[in-house]
Amino acid sequence: MSLASALKSGDVAELPSRRDEDWRWTDLRGLIRAMPAASPPGDAAALTSGIFDDLADETITFLNGRRLAGAGPVAIAADAPRTIALRFVSQARETAHHCALSIDLAPGATLTVFETYEAAGAGYIADVELDIRLGEGARLERVVLIDEADDAVAVSTAEVDLAARAAFAQTALTSGAKRQRFETRLRHGAGARARLDGVYLLDGERRGDLTSEVVHNHLGATTLQLTKGCVRGQARGVFQGRIIVNRGADGTDARMGHHALILSERAEVDAKPELEIYADDVSCSHGNTVGALDEEALFYMAQRGIPDVEARALLTEAFVGEVVDRIEHEGARDVARDWVAQRLRGNQ
Amino acid sequence: MLSIKDLHVRVGETEIIKGLTLDLPAGEVHAIMGPNGAGKSTLAYALAGRPGYEVTGGSATYNGEDLLAMTPDERAAKGVFLSFQYPLELPGVPGLTFLRTALNAQRKARGEDEIAAPAFLKLARDKAAALKIDFDMLRRPLNVGFSGGEKKRMEIYQMSLFAPHLLILDETDSGLDIDALKVVADGVNAARAPDRAMLVITHYQRLLDYIRPDRVHVLAAGRIAASGGPELAHELEREGYDKYAKVAA
Repeated sequence: MSLASALKSGDVAELPSRRDEDWRWTDLRGLIRAMPAASPPGDAAALTSGIFDDLADETITFLNGRRLAGAGPVAIAADAPRTIALRFVSQARETAHHCALSIDLAPGATLTVFETYEAAGAGYIADVELDIRLGEGARLERVVLIDEADDAVAVSTAEVDLAARAAFAQTALTSGAKRQRFETRLRHGAGARARLDGVYLLDGERRGDLTSEVVHNHLGATTLQLTKGCVRGQARGVFQGRIIVNRGADGTDARMGHHALILSERAEVDAKPELEIYADDVSCSHGNTVGALDEEALFYMAQRGIPDVEARALLTEAFVGEVVDRIEHEGARDVARDWVAQRLRGNQ
Repeated sequence: MLSIKDLHVRVGETEIIKGLTLDLPAGEVHAIMGPNGAGKSTLAYALAGRPGYEVTGGSATYNGEDLLAMTPDERAAKGVFLSFQYPLELPGVPGLTFLRTALNAQRKARGEDEIAAPAFLKLARDKAAALKIDFDMLRRPLNVGFSGGEKKRMEIYQMSLFAPHLLILDETDSGLDIDALKVVADGVNAARAPDRAMLVITHYQRLLDYIRPDRVHVLAAGRIAASGGPELAHELEREGYDKYAKVAA
């Protein structure tokens, strides 16, 4: 059951539905009555430049599911650190597309990926599958900005395998869609490290879903996870984080935090943090909070002349800023900060 | 500058200000003194427009305009500044970001040009030096982890930066030791000007040794129970608020 298999067969019965526990808050089966036609090739000449182009050595663009140049897996050798901008652009209208990409890091290789999901169409269904493998001691930082159309359905799933002592860091920022899901499924090697962070800023009737599953099978791996979100209007945010520590994965250190602001009465947040621990010698914690902006702080800011919209944006920016500050790549951190600032001040 | 007539203010179901009348001309400093629960902070919040402080009657006119019809940020842009008894901490919001956002919002509301970053930094630096504020404090999130004295000093600093016309100081002396009190009083005294009026709200006479008022008003049970010169503050210090509490009751 997946969007990818439903797109392949054209059978809506293969869509994940609320009967699948991990999809109960992002029910695609209940939403999509019939699988739409395949998207035509997009118009590459109409592409604008990418927000990360200047920071990257190379840009790989998928337009309506088709890769514009090159083919095959992205292979990163250990010789020099690399930066790649990865763009998934949907120019489609009421059609569907899918693509897949593998990224392989040789032992000791270092890669920074700037990944963007960009809307230049409407009503489309987009599915992306990534397969990411890190060799021993390899390092990857992944910074993701998701901007899909209001009425789009967009799913991105990454399978991540870490060899021993590899380090994977990810920050995904999303503004949602009609249904939008960003899923990461990660398997640790011995002594590997993973940071899986997220930010969702949702308004209108948008929905955003940040889901992850991390499996510790080996000794001494670390998982750090911090997701913060803000929902307004009738928006709905979903956070699902599962960390499984299997027998034998002693010395595991896992911390998960999810904190949300609900800024209107009709907005909603559904959160499911799960720790499944079968090993003895582990250090695990999770925290989950949902709150509103501090009215007293808002009045204080108003008294100093700051209009309500700006005051709310400043406080929300400060709230999610803790996540953005954890981005290691300085240039990407600035881009992410601007992205947050714009999302909080636009669409008012 | 400020003219309050028969003001009534309710918080929740309770009427706190019950027919308060007060005239504050430009260039003057008036003290509002009164026992706990008399409505001193309620008056300050109502004048600043805090949500939940419902004006049920009377009027407040500021430079000829209906103050009570304005939103809190409009009042600030027109020069109303309330120094909070307990200034808020804003985690994650750097002081300089807050100050520049506020200053530019006020300027924009008044139809003035925004102040550019270099000019703002120079202004912020100059004002900080004058108040002996460590500039690095302004790079930190506003008021987070500051002592009571530092927070009050930050209020005076903001006052000097925004150059307001109507200053309302709500229990500015509370929680201050004598040295901090002097710093704050110096800042307030330096702000005295012919086009500026101040309402100094305090429970104790101590602050008025440093900030000398032109008039002193006793607020009891939601009304001005007595008004007089600076000597009234000393009388209150000697005799307490009892007789006013009885009159008001």
